[in-house]
Amino acid sequence: MIAQSQSQEELRDLYRELILDHARSPRHFGKLDGATHSAEGINPLCGDKLKIYFSIDADGRISDAKFEGSGCAISVASASLLTDTIIGLKTEAALDFFSTVISRLSGRSEDGEQPFSKVDLGKLIALEGVKEFPSRVKCATLAWHALNSAIRNESETVSTE
Amino acid sequence: MTMSEQINKVTELATRQSGVAKFRQDFPCLAQTISDHPLVYLDSAASAQQPLAVIEKVADYHRHNHANVHRGVHTLSHRATEAYEGARDLVQTFINAGSRSEVVYTSGTTESINLVAQSFCRPKLAPGDKILITHLEHHSNIVPWQLVCEQTGAELLVAPINEAGEVDIDNLFRQLENGVKMLAIAHVSNALGTIMPLREIIEKAHSLEVPVLVDGAQAVPHISVDVQELDCDFYAFSGHKMFGPTGIGILFGRETLLDAMPPYQGGGDMILEVRFDGTTYNDLPYKFEAGTPNISGAIGLGAAVSYMQTIGMHAISAHEHELLQYMTGQLDQVDGLRLIGTAADKASVQSFLLDDIHPHDLGTILDHQGVAIRTGHHCAMPVMDFYGVPGTARASLALYNNQDDVDRLVAALTTAKEIFR
Repeated sequence: MIAQSQSQEELRDLYRELILDHARSPRHFGKLDGATHSAEGINPLCGDKLKIYFSIDADGRISDAKFEGSGCAISVASASLLTDTIIGLKTEAALDFFSTVISRLSGRSEDGEQPFSKVDLGKLIALEGVKEFPSRVKCATLAWHALNSAIRNESETVSTE
Repeated sequence: MTMSEQINKVTELATRQSGVAKFRQDFPCLAQTISDHPLVYLDSAASAQQPLAVIEKVADYHRHNHANVHRGVHTLSHRATEAYEGARDLVQTFINAGSRSEVVYTSGTTESINLVAQSFCRPKLAPGDKILITHLEHHSNIVPWQLVCEQTGAELLVAPINEAGEVDIDNLFRQLENGVKMLAIAHVSNALGTIMPLREIIEKAHSLEVPVLVDGAQAVPHISVDVQELDCDFYAFSGHKMFGPTGIGILFGRETLLDAMPPYQGGGDMILEVRFDGTTYNDLPYKFEAGTPNISGAIGLGAAVSYMQTIGMHAISAHEHELLQYMTGQLDQVDGLRLIGTAADKASVQSFLLDDIHPHDLGTILDHQGVAIRTGHHCAMPVMDFYGVPGTARASLALYNNQDDVDRLVAALTTAKEIFR
């Protein structure tokens, strides 16, 4: 029964109360009228499809953010937490969150070095449960890749594949 | 039921169960733990595990007999050719094809269907011609037809399904009467498990002179297939769904049709004579087997066929039928579980949704308890659209599964409910 309790423990670590709460009642959900930036994220493996909208004002501050779409609990909760976190931030600060989240969840930085933390993740730490579930890291990072793409004005649709 | 009848039934059940337990031991991949739980493999519709008989046959070929086929006079080439062609004979017998010329090796069901779309249909199609498929086809029996429609200006028609996941036969017949040039249809639905009433459908199609391709990928591992009895024109299936290797599959084609078709790909082995002013193609089935083939895959497929024949297709069907009924019954008792695909005649597969838990979350929770199922759209997005869901969880059975596997699945679902409470 030790095995059972350990694997259940890991599952509960993935599906923490905060994650389930944001998955069930996503914050800032819907289309953002008058958005200046947007990007779509698609995870073909499980069919997650999210669109993220931002209003970025003249001095580079994200004044508002919303998202819509459907996906698994992890991807929806991650998008919800993302919007909660980055509203009011300068785009550079939001990108610091992006690189930190990607680094911490995938266990490496962009240049392959050890994971780093440019910022204090705060409640985003709740996403760290996915580290034990490699196949789900893409779900957790989907919205973040869309954020990066929207701010950098890259392609409209990012895919995890 | 008298006492002796009851005893007979119990004995019969016990015999069948112990027989199945014996088969399970043949599959080394099943004997492992995942996240410290004994593996329960319920994803055979995606890819079945291989028995030792297949693994060893392939290894033995690589260890002792590997060479190119149809090319050398040396001993190894002879041995490889014998094994490769011997496997074709096994497949011919297995599906009761009239001749070994009708058994073409491909890389799998997908290539088999593309071959027919491009080689059989494309030269004959004109703008406005119609190809008919059904709403429950796998993407591999949709997209090749879309491609050939784009190339020729032909139109793709779709026969609808009902809530249970059965094709609307009346509608299909009406559309067939509407000047269809080709019917392509699954034998068993991969997402829903529905078994099609193929004999009735093929009879109707042929009365209207419509040729029929059957996607048999999900049928061959579970039910006895006789292509002559079905009277289909083409029958496509894959090795890895029937306990063989990946990258090998079969296209059965009626000899007269294959004969009249141009080659699908050009290269070595598919020719008799090559000159710059013209090339003579090889005889069937080699005309469709350009290049060095998947020799070890074919040999593995032959071993898989022998393995299944040793057990017997009827025994396999009976075991799976009973187990599918048990699984569906057990799942139906789980509070908040919605069965997707409830056709009267089914094989192997049960799709479902649990509460509002996304299938992918369900898949992770089950995997972490050692239970492997498929989650997502199952390469059948139109089916998901029909039910208005992004995807489903799908448990699929093979000959090596037993009631314990089903019980473990149900227990794991209970854990999922607790986590998402």
